[in-house]
Amino acid sequence: MEIERSSVFSQPALKQNARLAAGPNVPDDAPLVPRRRPWMPVAAAACVAVLAFALWKLLENPVVDQDVILEYLFKDVTLRGVGVTLFLTTVSMAAGLAGAVVLAMMHLSDNSVLSGIARLYTWLFRGTPILVQLIFWGYLGIFIPELSLSLPGIGTIFSVPTAQVVTPMVAAMLALSLNEAAYSAEIVRSGILSVPRGQVEAARSVGMTRFRTFRRVVMPQAIRVIIPPMGNEVILMLKTTSLVSVIAGADLMTNLQHVYSQTFQVIPLLIVASIWYLFMVSILTIPQSWLERRFGQSLARSQPRRRKSRSSDSKAGKPALSDKRG
Amino acid sequence: MIANPLVSVRTLTKSYGHKVVLNRISLDIAEGEVVALIGPSGSGKSTLLRCMNHLERQDSGCVLVAGEPVGYSLKNGELHELPDRALSYQRRGIGMVFQGFNLFQHMTALENIIEGPIGVLKLPRAEVEEKARHLLDLVGLADWADHYPSQLSGGQQQRIAIARALAMRPRVMLFDEPTSALDPELVGDVLEVMRTLAGEGMTMIVVTHEIGFAREVCDRVVFMADGEIVEQGEPGQVLSAPVHERTRDFLRRIL
Repeated sequence: MEIERSSVFSQPALKQNARLAAGPNVPDDAPLVPRRRPWMPVAAAACVAVLAFALWKLLENPVVDQDVILEYLFKDVTLRGVGVTLFLTTVSMAAGLAGAVVLAMMHLSDNSVLSGIARLYTWLFRGTPILVQLIFWGYLGIFIPELSLSLPGIGTIFSVPTAQVVTPMVAAMLALSLNEAAYSAEIVRSGILSVPRGQVEAARSVGMTRFRTFRRVVMPQAIRVIIPPMGNEVILMLKTTSLVSVIAGADLMTNLQHVYSQTFQVIPLLIVASIWYLFMVSILTIPQSWLERRFGQSLARSQPRRRKSRSSDSKAGKPALSDKRG
Repeated sequence: MIANPLVSVRTLTKSYGHKVVLNRISLDIAEGEVVALIGPSGSGKSTLLRCMNHLERQDSGCVLVAGEPVGYSLKNGELHELPDRALSYQRRGIGMVFQGFNLFQHMTALENIIEGPIGVLKLPRAEVEEKARHLLDLVGLADWADHYPSQLSGGQQQRIAIARALAMRPRVMLFDEPTSALDPELVGDVLEVMRTLAGEGMTMIVVTHEIGFAREVCDRVVFMADGEIVEQGEPGQVLSAPVHERTRDFLRRIL
């Protein structure tokens, strides 16, 4: 069988291409000229022009009142909203993550009832819009007017109006963390699944209990896989908190909405909100990269924790017999 | 017949679906004995080894180590599977070395070795570290304590894995094809460490394809095929003058 060859270097091609034909005569020090790409600077210039135009249009527009933006950027109502937004994000994320770990372990359990419940939960909370869930918890009092605990024979132990306990703030935290748990559970589960089975076997073979194996061996390795998508989740959460305006949640977005519904300075105040969200998101990426470095340490191939010379392996072939029972 | 075996496998049976991997295996191993388990792949030797520390659950029969059923406790003539904590306690005494090393990837070599003694045996850190450095020295990697597994060659990782198992002061060491995943030039270092251990009187059960090692170091060679022990005896006899056709066939193919 004949092996097909490319025709590039065949005789006809050489004849067409004078430089290739001169192959053997290429001087040793012939200077190399990189291929020119003249359209690159043109494309870059065009992009800059479009951006500059958009920015200019925005700034010269009378609706974008820079004085209003500066006035509200650090106003009390804004700062209080920022505080609530950060609080909601932190609490919902922490609670969501705790729920996620439990859900992921239930999902991975051998017990089909536990894993079924975890699946059902994820299906329900991922399958309905977060807006619907927020409103549901916000208006919980409509179909459960009272939260009460009564036992037969003892009578009512306590009873409180739902609206008193489930304030908009509590409703927001409930909705956000229950929803977050469903999403993060899948992330945690994929992290756990990324740790090879052999790691667990090795841990068990040195006498670790299941719990210790999970805590000392599985989780520290799973975290490496979990952090990047979790960083995404935190950023998403920060912005999703703006939805609590539908149940009067007093976060950044709600507060500014209240202001512009009276002053009609919609665009400047939305810009104020955007500036704050951008700022908070930018700050949040710092701990993420720190965590990634912290847990990725063992994979940094070139750097042992403390540098040692590589030549020391020469002893390898001669184990010291006498030291063993020392 | 061994009078007082350290490890005693009794009519151990295990199948995956319809495939019988272990068919009523019985095997006694004396304290200090070094036994090589050889045989074609799928013969059940790795499964047998994994049953010895209950990483695999058998269908019937049992493994006794120092007279205790591994993974079970005897109550009213029945073997009840141990709860997690008791099982973990039992495994302290049974060291295992895996084909794929399975070093904890997020810990340095030293941390891998001291994790068990500190976290499981609750020994004081200073004492454990000193012992660990002796072990590192024993496996010839004294200067590699602070390297992560990803920074070590396969042979170095396997030697760390052996040190990790030894740090628990096990009564018996199980080796599941410890050199099969290694480049040929790295096999020697690992075998050298195992030879040292054998010389120190450690009880070892080694699933291996290294016939040379089995011949020189092991006290007994057990040849398995299709879930049964076909033939066993002194290495010289089994490897040089096998009685069974299957053993002869296997040895012809791998030598």
